[in-house]
This record gives sequence, C-alpha cells and structure tokens, in this order.
Amino acid sequence: MDTTAKPQYNDGVVKYLTVGAVVFLVLGTLFGTFAASQLAWPALNFDIAEITFARLRVIHTNTVIFAFGGMTLMATAFYTVQRTNGVKLWSNGLAWWTAILFTIGLLATVVSISLGMTTGKEYHEQEWPIAIAIALVWTLYTFNFILTIASRNKETHSHVYVSNWFFMGMMVAITYLYVVNGLAIPVSLFQSYTLFAGVQGAMIQWWWGHNAVGFFLTAGFLAIMYYFVPKQAQRPIYSYRLSVIHFWALMFGYVWLGAHHLQYTALPDWTGSLGAVISLAMIIPSWGGALNGMLTLSGAWDRLRTDYILRFLIISLAFYAMSTFEGPVMAAKSVNALSHYTDWTIGHVHSGALGWVAMVSIGAIYHMVMKLWKTEMYSMQLINVHFWLATIGTVFYIVAMWVSGIMQGLMWRAYDEYGTLAYTFAESVAAMHPYYVMRTFGGFLFFLGAVVMLYNIVMTIRTAGAKSANRVESLA
Amino acid sequence: MSDDQKPKNIQDMFERNIFALFMASALAISIAGIVEIVPLFHLKSTTDYTEQTDKYGNVKNERFPELVWERTFTEDANGKLVSEKALYKEDANGNFVLADWKTGDGVRPYTPLELAGRDLYIREGCYICHSQMIRPFRDERERYGHYSLATESMYDYPMQWGSKRTGPDLARLGGKYSDEWHVMHMLRPQDVVPESVMPAYPWLADNLVSKDFFGTERDMVKRLSVMRLLGVPYTDAEIENANKAIAGFTEMDAMVAYLQVLGTMVKLDDSKVYRQ
Repeated sequence: MDTTAKPQYNDGVVKYLTVGAVVFLVLGTLFGTFAASQLAWPALNFDIAEITFARLRVIHTNTVIFAFGGMTLMATAFYTVQRTNGVKLWSNGLAWWTAILFTIGLLATVVSISLGMTTGKEYHEQEWPIAIAIALVWTLYTFNFILTIASRNKETHSHVYVSNWFFMGMMVAITYLYVVNGLAIPVSLFQSYTLFAGVQGAMIQWWWGHNAVGFFLTAGFLAIMYYFVPKQAQRPIYSYRLSVIHFWALMFGYVWLGAHHLQYTALPDWTGSLGAVISLAMIIPSWGGALNGMLTLSGAWDRLRTDYILRFLIISLAFYAMSTFEGPVMAAKSVNALSHYTDWTIGHVHSGALGWVAMVSIGAIYHMVMKLWKTEMYSMQLINVHFWLATIGTVFYIVAMWVSGIMQGLMWRAYDEYGTLAYTFAESVAAMHPYYVMRTFGGFLFFLGAVVMLYNIVMTIRTAGAKSANRVESLA
Repeated sequence: MSDDQKPKNIQDMFERNIFALFMASALAISIAGIVEIVPLFHLKSTTDYTEQTDKYGNVKNERFPELVWERTFTEDANGKLVSEKALYKEDANGNFVLADWKTGDGVRPYTPLELAGRDLYIREGCYICHSQMIRPFRDERERYGHYSLATESMYDYPMQWGSKRTGPDLARLGGKYSDEWHVMHMLRPQDVVPESVMPAYPWLADNLVSKDFFGTERDMVKRLSVMRLLGVPYTDAEIENANKAIAGFTEMDAMVAYLQVLGTMVKLDDSKVYRQ
C-alpha cells in the first residue's frame, strides 16, 4: 500500500459540482426544449398551471443559468484556485456546505417557480427566503475562494493568476448586484414587494439583469477560458497585457450596459444613450479577450483536428466574439428600435448562452473529468458526436430566431399603401410558427448532445472506478 | 529573487495582494450604478416632474397636472390617516366600488382587487410574453396608443415593463375589450384568437382570490400596508377594508379588474410633449 501519496487537492467537492452541472445541463435544456415546443404547439401547456409556458420558461432560465452555470462556476473555481495557487481549499468543509446549500436553493427555486412563487423580476425570480439563501451561498463561495488565494505560498506563487481575477470579479459583482436588486419587504412567506418601483425599478432590474449575463455568464466563464484553453492547448496564454486590459475594461464597463435594455422606454434618454455608448465600446475588450484565447493556439492549430475538447473551447470563443459584436449592434438605438421585444433578443442570448457559455463549460468539464478521475474519457468519439450536435443545434436555434425576430420587427412596423398598419399582431404570431418549430428542433439537438455527454461521463466514472478496483485487486 | 520584493507598478501590486485586487474591482464595479442609477432618484425629469409631497406618499405634478390623482392626507382626532377623497367605498348593497376617482383622473394606487389581480399577473408570469411599455413610434401609437410615461408605473412594485412581445403590449389594454371577452380569452385563448400561442388559465375561474398558496389567506391588509411603507398613498380606512374588498371574488375577477385598469388612469393630452 502506498501511504505517502496523499491527495494534493480537495477534489471531492469539485467532482460533486461537476456531475451536478452536467445533470442540470440535461434538465435545463430539456425544460427549454419543452418550453420552445409549447410556443410552437400551445396545446402542450395541457392546462396544467405548474408547466404553463411562462413558468416553465423561468424554470428553464434558472436551471441553465444558475444551476448549470452556477455549478460549473463553482466546480471550475474550486478546481482552478487550488491548482493555480498550489494549495488546498481554505476550507473543504465550507466548500461542501456551499455546494449542498446551493443545490437545495436551486431545487427550491425550480419547485417554487412552478408553484407560481416569483418576484416578477426577470432573472431574479427567487422569492425572498430562497434569495437570502442564494446570496449567503454566494458570499461563502467568495469568502472561501479569496481566503484560498490568500493562503498561497508567496515565495512560490507570488502573483495571482489571471483566471482568479475574473472569478473574483464575477463573485463580487454578482453578490453586490443580486443583493441590491433583491431588496424587498415580505408580505408572506411566499411573496414580497420590491423596494423599487417604475423607472428606477426598471433601471436597477436591468443593471442586475444584464450583469447576470455580463458577470455570471461572461466574467466567470472567461476565467474558465483563461485556465482551460492554455491547459488544453498546452501553451501559455497569448498576451498577458491583453488580459490585464480585458479584465479592467470588463470590471468597469459591463455594469453600465443594463440601460440598453430600456431604449425608447420611459427611462430618460441620457441613461439609455450612455448604456449604448459604453456597449459599443465594449466590443474592444471583448474581442481582445476572444483573440487572446484563440491566439493561444498559434502554432498549434492542427490540434483542433484531433483534440475534440479543444474544439469546444475554441468554437466557444468564436461564438463569444460573434455575440459580443451582435450585442453592441443591438444596443444601438436605431437597431434596438427594431430588435427590442422580438425573438432576435432570444437568439442573441442563445448564441451567447449555447455557443459561448455552454461550449466553454463543456470543454472545461471534459478536461476536469479526466483529471479528477485520473483516466481517459470512456469515448472520445462520443465527444465528437456531442460537439456536432451542440454546434448544429446552436446554429439552427440562432438562425431561426434571427429570421423570426427581424420578421416580427418588420411586420409590426409595416404599413400598406393606404398608410395603415399592414398586419395585425395575430398575423405576426402566425408567421412565427415555422421558426418556432425550427428553434425547437435546434434546442432538441443541443439537449441530445447534453444527454450524450452525461452518458459518456457516467461511463467514464464507472470504468475509472472499475480500473482502480482492478488495481487494488492486483496489488492484493 | 531580490527584484521580486517591491511591486513594480499598481497592477503588479494588485496581482500580489488579493485583498487590494478585491477592493479595486469592487470600486470599478460600483461606478456605473452611481452614475446611472442614483440620479434617477433625484432628477425630476425622470418621473415627468411628478413629485412626492409628504411621507405618506401623496404626489403632485405642477407641469402636467393631468398625470396624477392629487389628494392630501391628514390625521384625524384618533390619529388615523384620512383624506378628503376616497379611493374606494362600500355602497348601499355592500359592494366595494370606486369612490372619488373617475377614469382619466390621473395615476392612483390600485384598489385591493386590482392589486390582487396584479399579484396573479406576476404569479402566472404574464410579463414573460407581454410588455407594458409603449415606445414613441408611429406604429406603436397606432397599435397600442400613446407612449408610456414613467409616472404611469410609479406605484408598480415591481414594474412590469417586460422585455418581449410574444403577445401584444398591454400597457393600454384597459377598456379595449369587454370583461366577458377577457374571461373567454383566458379560459380558451384559441377560441377567441385562433393564431394565439397563449396557454389557457382555467384555474383562475375556479379559485377564490382570498386564498393564497397552500390554502393560506391572501392578506390584502398586509399587502396594502407594505405598499404604503414603500410610498403608495392609502388611507387607514382603505387599508383596513382591503380584505373585505376582495371577499367572494374569484382569481379571474381580480385578473380582469387589473387588466381593465391598465392604461385607463391617465387621459394624456396629445398636444403636449411629455418626454423630450
């Protein structure tokens, strides 16, 4: 028996969170696909309150963003902070408490929303008891993360690696914005009234809402990119300077963008314009970051042919570049006048969420699974299958939404030769049907890919278990 | 290494000291909120010059007096908050009806039944598919009506402006259809609008609005009190009678009451420019 080789890192909690993330990816995309099919075929609402489109859609967003995204962020942060600082977690016990409490909070979110308990604020639907629990979880997560970094050996690890900056920035911003936007007075155990009404409430809501995207789904996943792309490519990050600029521009800039969700509304014009201008400026750091990741592959591009995990990571950066270009364009007032309130917004979110966030997470999760269970994947070929299902599914989804979104926008503002509105609203709804079907198909492909991933990972863990059992037997 | 001891520049210092990096990023993150959000609470133009006049939440608008329903609160001999105008009252038949406010008199607090309906609107997630925010474009004006003003949602905790129009905007829905139309439409949307993709809400007609989750009571007294705490002006009598005012109604009644008041509070003047 080898008693000297102690485990160097606390990987148990990372394993739990990694598998949890994949399970929630399967569930979240299943909810999404079903919600999408309800728009194509409304009979699928079945007159059951708990699964009507509006509730299921919120369950879908919460499952994919906070459950899948959140668990991925926790898994990767706990994984990378130990490895980049050469220490164990500051507190393994606290990490386990964070992970378990987070799981309970997420399940409570799904159940309570299906029952109809919601604050009515988009991307902040958790009612006050759950919201307090989630805020607490996020604070514990941040606390543990920062103290782990502080406990590093400053002789061997004098500087904090860039992925940690992004993780920490995300944690700070999310806690701060989530808490402010969540301020409310309870009227019962299941309901509360927010502190902010009307125009101020709208601005605060989207100040949070856009940064559920900007920090949760961007800064956090950029941290993943800054660790896993160089690791998988086995090359250092392309440019240190670019990452410094990327970081500070993101920390300062992203928080301004919420106002662009409220162009031409009752929000004062100056606020919307400010949001649009900073949105446009954000193209520069975003593209800088995307290039920083991609150019890390300089001289090793041939590896994309053989390394399927690297494919996920690199295509995610292509989608990141595309959606961070599309976003500022849609923030510009003249484009927003057309795109706002339409499916184009939904398409944009999904090119970011499926193309960028999910793809980079999937790449990182495959990488982690092999390291954590010290084995090869059960099937590399299935990763390739997953890659194509996910990519084709995403493309179907966003193309359908581009066409339907722009069509909606144009139909709503179209005039006939007599100078009256050319279409009724109902006609625009009818015209969406083929695209809603196509979107459902794209989402279904993406869901299938997630199922393939879960199967591959479960089989990998089982065979890894069998292998180590064999090893013990052969030693005995 | 000896040259490793002193930070070379501020970035180098941040990278060595995680707590310094923490403080600096927190600072960078806070700036936007201070510039974009704080002024919205202070600039009068944000709310079309509607101003709160006392701690109870009473309001006035000198520039556009038609926007708000003005009334004042005083304390009576027993220390109760009373007003010269009542929002709603109990009539001779024991029904709770609107009192001194008439359609178009200006933005006012919701009646208990409307507020309960609004809570249901949120519970069912209507805002996921319907906006309540008309933009100042010709086509939106012709389809939905006058563009929305900030004052119109000043009592909306939270606002329901929405972000998506899978269905049409509802900001000025009130009065466009009959109550019966709304009931039919929520029971069987496709019977009324064949192209619709809206789910049906048959349970609204079966449930009493006075019941909340798991059979608990929907306490409107508590809800109106919290609203006043937040700055929505209700008199003490209006709060005390709130539970009685929703007694016997179904969830469908409450929902229809809310939908029918949307956009009817203010009579906007087409000759005026409310927003620059």
